[in-house]
Amino acid sequence: MSYLKIDHIDKTFQRGAASTNVLKDVSLDIEKGEYVSVIGHSGCGKSTLLNIIAGLTPISAGAVLLEGREVNDPGPERAVVFQNHSLLPWLTVYDNVALAVNKVFGGRKSKAERHDWIMHNLDLVQMGHAKDKRPAEISGGMKQRVGIARGLSMEPKILLLDEPFGALDALTRAHLQDSIMQIHAALGNTMIMITHDVDEAVLLSDRIVMMTNGPSARIGEVLDVRLDRPRKRLDLVSDRTYIAAREAVLKFLYERHRFVEAA
Amino acid sequence: MGRAVLKEVPAGAKVVALPGGNPGVVSLPAAASKPLSARLAPWLTSLLVNIVPPMITVALILLFWQLAAHGPQSSLPTPTKIWAEAKDLITEPFFWNGSQDIGLGWRILVSLQRVAIGFSLAAIVGVLLGALVGQSVWAMRGLDPVFQVLRTVPPLAWLPLSLAAFRDSQPSAIFVIFITAIWPVIINTAVGIRNIPQDYRNVAQVLRLNQIEFFFKIMVPSAAPYIFTGLRIGVGLSWLAIVAAEMLTGGVGIGFFIWDAWNSSRLSDIIVALVYIGVVGFVLDRLVALIGTIVTRGTLTN
Repeated sequence: MSYLKIDHIDKTFQRGAASTNVLKDVSLDIEKGEYVSVIGHSGCGKSTLLNIIAGLTPISAGAVLLEGREVNDPGPERAVVFQNHSLLPWLTVYDNVALAVNKVFGGRKSKAERHDWIMHNLDLVQMGHAKDKRPAEISGGMKQRVGIARGLSMEPKILLLDEPFGALDALTRAHLQDSIMQIHAALGNTMIMITHDVDEAVLLSDRIVMMTNGPSARIGEVLDVRLDRPRKRLDLVSDRTYIAAREAVLKFLYERHRFVEAA
Repeated sequence: MGRAVLKEVPAGAKVVALPGGNPGVVSLPAAASKPLSARLAPWLTSLLVNIVPPMITVALILLFWQLAAHGPQSSLPTPTKIWAEAKDLITEPFFWNGSQDIGLGWRILVSLQRVAIGFSLAAIVGVLLGALVGQSVWAMRGLDPVFQVLRTVPPLAWLPLSLAAFRDSQPSAIFVIFITAIWPVIINTAVGIRNIPQDYRNVAQVLRLNQIEFFFKIMVPSAAPYIFTGLRIGVGLSWLAIVAAEMLTGGVGIGFFIWDAWNSSRLSDIIVALVYIGVVGFVLDRLVALIGTIVTRGTLTN
């Protein structure tokens, strides 16, 4: 039995009399420790899919099973790294992570243990030095690092990343992708990442889930990325498997499922 | 200004280090220390720029007033006459010559005490009701029309009713303050809570914060700028209402002092009292604004 099972999910948004079918019959099995990317054109419902797994959006039909148990409300075992980091601006970097750690481990860890765990997670993303800064005082990339630290600090069974690097410039994005790869290698988390960046998907993922265009989006293809880890950005540029995987995703997105409206 | 410090972060982070060793992290400019005189100079300049123009305005108003009210048939006293008649009230706010002959400072304090009680109650109840209305669609549908009607009732219109209910002037005056100050607090809090970004709500949901944690950790800090706007309007209205209420209820406050002075035709005293009221109202407004700036530090910028 798979770790996370997405079982024939349908999602229809009702707005008065009008209804929009966003996802149709989406099924996916994810193993423990796997890094799965979901890619598709904008509006294909990939963020909706992530929100359903997170429990933030209710399902119209079907089920999400984590370790065989159905989940339909949000919880810290499915931590989310939000696209726009969603740090609370009135709290310092430390307090933002502390809010999560104190809530999740409040009864189980002592105050000193919790402090160590907060600092450990901040150090993991190299943000220990900025623990007393407020989100407004650090750069976009740093904010997203803290967002990742907050997600990791909940010790989630699955870390859900909603276009985590979408709002960052290319260089910062590359840094953070490397960080994520290192963290994934060290901790072996199960991660699901929403992205619209083909290179990012191929570089980071074990599998790439390609969504067709909405409405009624479904999973078009699933591509296994058989690249050895650890992966090095520079070595991959000329790697045949990498190039083939990249080509497969690009062909899916721009030949077979071209997004007409996105002119 | 400060100098930017380029700081190297040690590469050996506990478990994972970024590939390529040590990314340079540029810290924000540190506040550099300068000699005291150099730091005071701009401060003094800004003080002069802010103080001198209003001083000139006040001097011109006094001069004009002196000229206009000068003459035997003038019904209002001139500034020099006020100074001559009410010098003790101006120079000694805190004298005490028996229960009804006391300095204006004491009277202001009594009025401020009433405002403090009424306004604090209004702030607490207002934030709670505002949170309810902001958070629940049904509470908004049910309560908002009632609030919108009640908030237009002038403060003093409540006074006879509250006198009938409490049968005492002190709680009645406090009630009038409460009912005057609460509406802007409720309405602004509700708007602030309706404007909490969905992202913060998602964070709270993922963390499974309960209602009380959500209220204190997300709702209040996030809506704080709106809440303080409401509090600032509320404290201004309270101060407007207390003077009028005290005129009718009697007792010690500054409002009753004006009424008493009018009955004894001490126009100079009334004018001094007006200046006191204006200055205290201004200070109250700035005080709430200052607390707001400190409390909401960092909330607006993201």
